[in-house]
Amino acid sequence: MKQPYERPTIRKLNAGALNKFGPRAGARPVTALDGVRVDELVAQFGSPLFVLSERQLRRSYQAAMRAFGTRYPQVQLAWSYKTNYLNAVCRTFHQEGAWAEVVSGMELEKALLNGVPGPHILFNGPGKRRADLLRACEVDAVIHLDHADELHLLLDVAAGRARCPRVALRVNLDAGIVPQWDRFGFNLENGEAWQALARIVASGRLELVGLHCHIGTYILQPAAYATAAAKLAALALRCQRELNTTIHYLDLGGGFPSTNTLKGAYLPALDTVPSLDEYAEAITGALLTAGFRAGELPLLVLEAGRALVDDAGSLIGTVLANKRLADGRRATILDFGVNLLFTSFWYDHHLSPTREFSNQTEPTVLYGPLCMNIDMLRESIALPLLAPGDQVVVHKVGAYNMSQWQQFINLRPNVVLIDQASQVHLIRAAETLEYLQQLEQVPIHLM
Amino acid sequence: MKLKKNIATSEAGFIFNPATGDSFAANPLAADILARAKAGLDAAAIKADILERYDVAPGQLEKDWDDLLAQLREFNLLD
Amino acid sequence: MPPAASRPRLTVAVTGLNATDSPGPGVAVIRALRETTDFELRVIGLSYEALEPGIYLRDMVDKTYQLPYPTAGTAALLERLRYVQEQENVAVLIPNFDAELYNFIKLEPQLRALGIHTFLPTLEQLEARDKLNLAAFGAAHGLSVPTSRPLYSAAELPTAAETLGWPLVLKGRYYDATVVYTPVQAGQAFQRLSGLWGVPLIAQQFVAGQEINIAGLGDGHGRALSVVPMRKLTITDKGKAWAGITLEDEALLALARRFAEVTKWRGGFELEIMRTAADELVIMEINPRFPAWVYLTAAAGQNQPAALLRLALGLPVPMMEGYAVGKMFVRYAWDLITDHTEFQQVAALGEL
Repeated sequence: MKQPYERPTIRKLNAGALNKFGPRAGARPVTALDGVRVDELVAQFGSPLFVLSERQLRRSYQAAMRAFGTRYPQVQLAWSYKTNYLNAVCRTFHQEGAWAEVVSGMELEKALLNGVPGPHILFNGPGKRRADLLRACEVDAVIHLDHADELHLLLDVAAGRARCPRVALRVNLDAGIVPQWDRFGFNLENGEAWQALARIVASGRLELVGLHCHIGTYILQPAAYATAAAKLAALALRCQRELNTTIHYLDLGGGFPSTNTLKGAYLPALDTVPSLDEYAEAITGALLTAGFRAGELPLLVLEAGRALVDDAGSLIGTVLANKRLADGRRATILDFGVNLLFTSFWYDHHLSPTREFSNQTEPTVLYGPLCMNIDMLRESIALPLLAPGDQVVVHKVGAYNMSQWQQFINLRPNVVLIDQASQVHLIRAAETLEYLQQLEQVPIHLM
Repeated sequence: MKLKKNIATSEAGFIFNPATGDSFAANPLAADILARAKAGLDAAAIKADILERYDVAPGQLEKDWDDLLAQLREFNLLD
Repeated sequence: MPPAASRPRLTVAVTGLNATDSPGPGVAVIRALRETTDFELRVIGLSYEALEPGIYLRDMVDKTYQLPYPTAGTAALLERLRYVQEQENVAVLIPNFDAELYNFIKLEPQLRALGIHTFLPTLEQLEARDKLNLAAFGAAHGLSVPTSRPLYSAAELPTAAETLGWPLVLKGRYYDATVVYTPVQAGQAFQRLSGLWGVPLIAQQFVAGQEINIAGLGDGHGRALSVVPMRKLTITDKGKAWAGITLEDEALLALARRFAEVTKWRGGFELEIMRTAADELVIMEINPRFPAWVYLTAAAGQNQPAALLRLALGLPVPMMEGYAVGKMFVRYAWDLITDHTEFQQVAALGEL
């Protein structure tokens, strides 16, 4: 029996820090996802491969409902489609009871096809066209108004209709977050939001049902949500008092962080990101003390995306090659890059080997397979001595990657869902050249 | 592979270059190779021995051998 | 002092062995601990880098283990400390870096489960005294602090200067500060500091006066068990005291006691004070740990690290009254001699 081989390597000793695993421990291997072996997944579905855990999707949803539902009488989650609009993911959340939050005509149709009733679709976004508004009216989705031009366009669309379209007003406000997100919605502090609300009610053509704000993304301060909730609640009470209009729901948006560590953060997110309970406490605490009469508390809507799906996604990939750069640094080329892992632009993703290694590590630059200089996943990560053909797993990639991925240089790979019984289902097949070219047309003179 | 004469290697895999003051740590296989090289074995003999004892394909070993030489050159440890 | 043999043995671990020109307090803490009459101590050093001088001070530090950087997070730190604990049976751990405190405070229950005691401020206390929150902290507790405001962009500089006046102190998020006298200087300093430490920067009203530091120990119930004020006599170009002298001034003691009372501070602390020409005491900064000059407290008769050791073990510590006034420290640089083999041990194996 021969000894296991690991390539010979030498490192210069310097005064600097230890690698993150300490001197005597390597990265722990991840050999299975939800009970299914990584090597079997790769053998059957190829590499790279996105893997979604149905168990984790449901667990995250239920945890969010528990965090808010145990503190406030009426809570509704609206699944943020753009975060991951694979139908299997959307339908898992709808099965759990989520409404849909969509930001384009395309997403609206997707939600309808997924069986979401129109009144349970919240239509956000700054770029709705006339046709989108018409369609939203037709299916009775709630239109979240973003700006005055849209309000007037909708008034126009509504003019000939028997039923008043239902609308909510997106409000931007100062919640102490810098930079303040003021590009979406009507500003609260300068009176623009109030002016719009008054116009909506006065028009008699729209039914005002909700108020919405979304203070930003990856917000680490629960207190900012408390501020936003208090301001939105005060606005709702003013609508009641001065416009004689009851606001049925307050939509506090999303923006809750996942436990992925942002590039440049000093401490890892696992240690610093507040729990969903802290956000729930801040938001519901503000609403419960805002001055609504007993029994008249509005429905609390949350448009969680990242917090529901990020943890449920993994990306399996394979080492294509190792090389040494001109300055002596080790570089490893993987079969996925920024084309599939869009979020590597802002996260330092956690990555695990899939087999045991010795405790030797090497600082490594991680590159993707694209022939583009931007295709770098990590500038420096301490990795065991991976060899070509070794697999790695990138954790917590469920949010945004499967909607912002690019068909660039390479085709997009298979996506599978592991159900709660550890059965594996293909939920999006790997793209083919035929798929890529089916919409192309070549002029006759080029044939 | 010819290590500089005054390079000191220890059993624990430490390498010290007295000319520059730099210290290095070798993993077990690299330490083994350096010890054999210092003992006067030539590259072919060392490689044959590794192929004998370790679970590695000749092509892979050749590639990693070149990489080890590149590291030794980079660290200024070769003659 | 009872003979060493009759004292119980105890193992203590201490971080902050970087006794460099901008020193960590670890070596001073160890020196003070070594004067305890309560225990026969074995001292474990915990270092982050292989050339922290304390590692090579073999008569002060019995054995050193390297720790993963704070940025690696609590899981990596706990794993490493678990390993250390298997070798050493550490009873008390005294962290000494601002940047590592968050992790150690978070791990307090897990460390206790391993048998490692600490005596640290709470996360809320740590957060409240953060540079960014100092103004609110002062207002909440009626303590005098410089007026300040966060700056997220250079465009906010004119407004800041209008409210705070010239000159202006600009501080980096974590470290570094500079005094600027003109809008041009302010703009340049903003670029430099935000480039190094990110935003927000802190713009602070300039306070002129005499620099005084106070080392203290809070019992977590509102009492300052020891307070020793010191005036800096010489400072390095990094603003660190290179010589200092203990002072007698009831107002300084009262301020530190009031700080401990309103915050219920738990553990060591340092108040950086400015005494203005009008004799007002302004708190410029609050450090959530002992200062690097803490050995002076022991030399003056109030051994704060030794007292903290007792507090961590749940032993009673009486209120310390009286200390030698006019006791001075003069810091010096000393070239330790070691060998490349020792360096190799630390750098490659993380232990010496």
